[in-house]
Amino acid sequence: MKYQAKNMFLGVAFFSVLLAGCASTDTDSSGQEGADTVSTYTESADANASAYDAQDMMNLETVFHFEFDQATLTAKARKALDAQIVRLKKTTGPVRLEGHADERGTREYNIALGERRANAVADYMAINGIPRYRIETVSYGEERPVAFGQSEATYSQNRRVELK
Amino acid sequence: MFKQIVTVLALVLAGNFAIADLTIEINKGKDDPVPIAIVPFGWQPGVAVAEDVASIIEMDLHRSGQFAPLSRGDMLGRPRNASEVYYRDWKSLGVDYVVVGSLTQDGPNALTANYELLDVNTQRVILTGTESVSVDKPRYLAHTVSDKIYEKLTNIRGAFRTQLLYVSAVREGGNRTRFRLLKSDIDGANESVLFDSREPIMAPTWAPDGKTIAYVSFETSRPAIYTQNLLTGVRKQLTSFRGLNSSPVFSPDGTQMAMVLSKDGSPDIYVMDLASGSLQQVTNHFAIDTEPAWMPDGKSLIFTSDRGGKPQIYKVQLGSGAVERMTFIGDYNARARVLPDGLGLVLVHRNSGNFHIAVQDLKRNRVEILTTTNLDESPSVAPNASMLLYATQYDGKGVLAAVSIDGGVKYRLPSRFGDVREPAWSPFLQ
Repeated sequence: MKYQAKNMFLGVAFFSVLLAGCASTDTDSSGQEGADTVSTYTESADANASAYDAQDMMNLETVFHFEFDQATLTAKARKALDAQIVRLKKTTGPVRLEGHADERGTREYNIALGERRANAVADYMAINGIPRYRIETVSYGEERPVAFGQSEATYSQNRRVELK
Repeated sequence: MFKQIVTVLALVLAGNFAIADLTIEINKGKDDPVPIAIVPFGWQPGVAVAEDVASIIEMDLHRSGQFAPLSRGDMLGRPRNASEVYYRDWKSLGVDYVVVGSLTQDGPNALTANYELLDVNTQRVILTGTESVSVDKPRYLAHTVSDKIYEKLTNIRGAFRTQLLYVSAVREGGNRTRFRLLKSDIDGANESVLFDSREPIMAPTWAPDGKTIAYVSFETSRPAIYTQNLLTGVRKQLTSFRGLNSSPVFSPDGTQMAMVLSKDGSPDIYVMDLASGSLQQVTNHFAIDTEPAWMPDGKSLIFTSDRGGKPQIYKVQLGSGAVERMTFIGDYNARARVLPDGLGLVLVHRNSGNFHIAVQDLKRNRVEILTTTNLDESPSVAPNASMLLYATQYDGKGVLAAVSIDGGVKYRLPSRFGDVREPAWSPFLQ
């Protein structure tokens, strides 16, 4: 029940983010980013924090899986993310989220689905206190599978968001 | 409905392209292919041509599915011109048409084919032609003759001198993959690498003049749209917006490009004016809007959207922004392309959980499924609308295949690279 309520809240929050995004219509080409201006934030110079971070990173789950054609976080993914969020709050560096899909469906639709998944994770992080400007999302769609073959076992491994 | 499987060994000597195995599968349907004999061409003494020109013509016509070439072993003679043809011999073999010809080399730089097309039933020469190319292009010479014969017998412009773009992914050690953007002749010969990267390459597409291409590359660690001039090799980065930069398609007049951007939240369709770089937002919806394609008049676009819950094809008028749904049969229709006459769509259609290529007649809205394999995607129509290329899987690998627009003929294209996908059939190039 607890998860369900949380999920509904997330759904509403996610929906309003989408609506906010859709509110602007523009007809110019401004807003283009240079190829090398990805990061607006630099990694913390604190050596101790980095060492702690690296060790924690090894123990925590960095891959979050999804159901077929879905971009909603599963209970398992939320639990793993909660642990990551605790860690990320102790650091200040950029967070890169890479969204992926399984091979079923068209490539372009899957790249949009991968972005939806990466955004779902980003929104969950933002709601739980990670500043949005730290988070970059990139979707690879079905172009970077980690498992090969045509079975539900491989497909479920490929439907994922990776924290980098 | 029985199947005839014919395996033709395509001997390709150009470059480092080895011997490739091309399997042509013909599902005999309502129309029987026309029996034709392509007699091996004669040549003047001292001329050494690197290719068997008649054999290339034979395979071109065979691949079209509309012709059934006579095996050389069954020929009763090898005439090189009309005066050497005994019509009754060919009649007895059940052949309707005969092609005869000869090759000459005029100076160091001109290879010439003189050829004649004969109608066995009326015992007349119905086409006489002479074609010249530079000596290093015997395959192009053969495809030119194929185009002329095809046009004469079908009244449809031949597309044997066209090319295709596609993407290959080769897995290397240590979780690394090498991505390549490739171009080849439409029969798979003369394969060349246009771009090579450790990061994904997607959605290659042709400008209508056939001289420029566009595609998506992740080389900067994020997706961006690039154009590349095929003559000069010059690449240009066109977009690098936050989020998706995908699905580039040139407008029919080549001055604009439709694309998908998610810079304002969800993926929407945009049109960029290529001269000024200015951008017009075409759709504005919180659903996924993607995979745009131009209607032939350049005034509207079709695209895939899951705004109704499942992916379906919609059409948007560029002037008014009015949106109309185009597909109603099945719960998954995506990645549509428009037939050159604007009267039909080819698309990815899910049926019983499998992804097939289907064609939808826009007048009667009838959907016909053309392929029987699973995971079929990325249909790309020939400029003469006779056939389409698509990507599928065979033996656990991504392969390219072709199917005629009536579903009667299918074949797989050979490639020397591992997994290949996203074929893009060029416009007419001559």
